[in-house]
Amino acid sequence: MASSVKPRVKVPKKASPGETITIKTLIRHRMESGQRKDRSGNVIPRSIINRFVADFNGENVIEVDLEPAISTNPYFRFDAVVPESGTFTFTWYDDDGSVYEKTRSISVG
Amino acid sequence: MDLTRRSALLLGSGAVAAASMGSLPACASPAEAAIEALTGGGALDDGVITLSAPEIAENGNSVSISVAAPGAAMVAVFADGNPEPRVATIRFGPLNPTRRASTRIRLARTQNVIAVAKMEDGSFRKTQAAVKVTIGGCGG
Repeated sequence: MASSVKPRVKVPKKASPGETITIKTLIRHRMESGQRKDRSGNVIPRSIINRFVADFNGENVIEVDLEPAISTNPYFRFDAVVPESGTFTFTWYDDDGSVYEKTRSISVG
Repeated sequence: MDLTRRSALLLGSGAVAAASMGSLPACASPAEAAIEALTGGGALDDGVITLSAPEIAENGNSVSISVAAPGAAMVAVFADGNPEPRVATIRFGPLNPTRRASTRIRLARTQNVIAVAKMEDGSFRKTQAAVKVTIGGCGG
């Protein structure tokens, strides 16, 4: 699984102080629900991204606990305010223990 | 054989119609139990939250939903017809001004999507939207 997982984020490069910006994130992941069966009738074990966190300069923007009912390639769109220039950190936690991280900086002014 | 192909089909479609009528009304109990585990029981007021979901989803594997709950600290999303009713729990941080989020979810069949918000004062609000699913999203 781990090799094919690929996070992508879209964050504006610039903003004015206190502006509300919209962020889009997507991580390529199968999100195997644990409900499906293979051809011989065995349940395919659950393997999903179970947690997603977005921070800006160490302060939290959004935190999501994901269940198997989230679609393949989990996508989130949300808003953030940026008081100063800094860096967004996006972190995804996989059932298999892997942690995927992506950072994006934004200049405010 | 007096059970012709046509009458068999008629019987079949009647059974499907009856089954879908039966499954429509309100909440299934696993979803209610999950919501009660979150809120600790008690009445849930409507309002404050906006839940956008399509009325008809052609593919239950990927249904776009969006919740907006000004003043909420947390929003939990449930789907009352899924094998596991919990969908996602979204907590908003101090840098989130709009308390709004969009994502894509799986729906096994036609059902209600329910959003429960925990407001900053600790009270809970609820809203729900019915989604008709043409092809379910649960696999085998």
